[in-house]
Amino acid sequence: MITCKEFLNELNEFLDETVGPETKAELQRHVTECPNCFVIVDTTKKTLKVFRGVTEKMIPGDVHDRLMKALEKKMAAKAAPPPTS
Amino acid sequence: MPASESGAVADPGVFDESALVAKARAGDAAAFNDLVTRYERKIFRLAKHITQNDEDAEDVLQEAFLKAYEHLPDFQGQSKFYTWIVRIAVNESLMKLRKRKSDRTVPLDEPLDTGEDVVVREIAVWEDDPEKKYSREELANILDEAVQSLRPAFRTVFVLRDIEELSTEETAEALGISVPAVKSRLLRARLQLREKLTRLFKRKGDNVFDYM
Repeated sequence: MITCKEFLNELNEFLDETVGPETKAELQRHVTECPNCFVIVDTTKKTLKVFRGVTEKMIPGDVHDRLMKALEKKMAAKAAPPPTS
Repeated sequence: MPASESGAVADPGVFDESALVAKARAGDAAAFNDLVTRYERKIFRLAKHITQNDEDAEDVLQEAFLKAYEHLPDFQGQSKFYTWIVRIAVNESLMKLRKRKSDRTVPLDEPLDTGEDVVVREIAVWEDDPEKKYSREELANILDEAVQSLRPAFRTVFVLRDIEELSTEETAEALGISVPAVKSRLLRARLQLREKLTRLFKRKGDNVFDYM
């Protein structure tokens, strides 16, 4: 039986499912037997879900316009022939 | 649709970035603009998450794409263009933070992986769909504050991995840190955010054991 500390160190691998089947089974067993770690897994999953749910921000239209204008200026400066004296 | 110019691909969700980059390198302004259009939202969003400020995020966005355009001939194509532009944007964002007086005392590349134990204090079940108690705007503010409370070194890793959904390897490359450092910082970032949200979202008067 692994300890809670060992479990927590593997939490991300467990959540991201990047562990091998054996470790996964061991971690899974710990979660079913340990109420605290069960809650930690559940609330960490929910934390990530909440963040992913609300971060679909659009770029403000004027920010996009100013970016394109700045790039246009840069490109024009690059394309322009060097000044002749 | 700009992606259609980039060549046929089997999966419509994947586009041939390298073809666009090659065109842009050859001086095709439209190809570079396609890259900008494709990534500007992500770059703006990540800059806003790191700097926590609209004005700084816009500066970062412009600086990042102007620098990318300028240095396009130096881009070797060994990494993805996206990872490259992310790296530029992260560096610009961190420079913004360094310029801020309040952050001057916080070194951004502090050694954080000291093997300290991961601390979990708050263990409580959440209410059902706690986010529904808040308006979208209120929730966005709560999450912004939570992210802002993380140390910059944790915050950048969290933003790249969990918001921009870069892989661990891409995050390591974009930040110039090791894969184990990404993993360690991500674990701490996730647990700290979980802790903060639990304080707000926990079900009152609950016994953890009822949940099993």
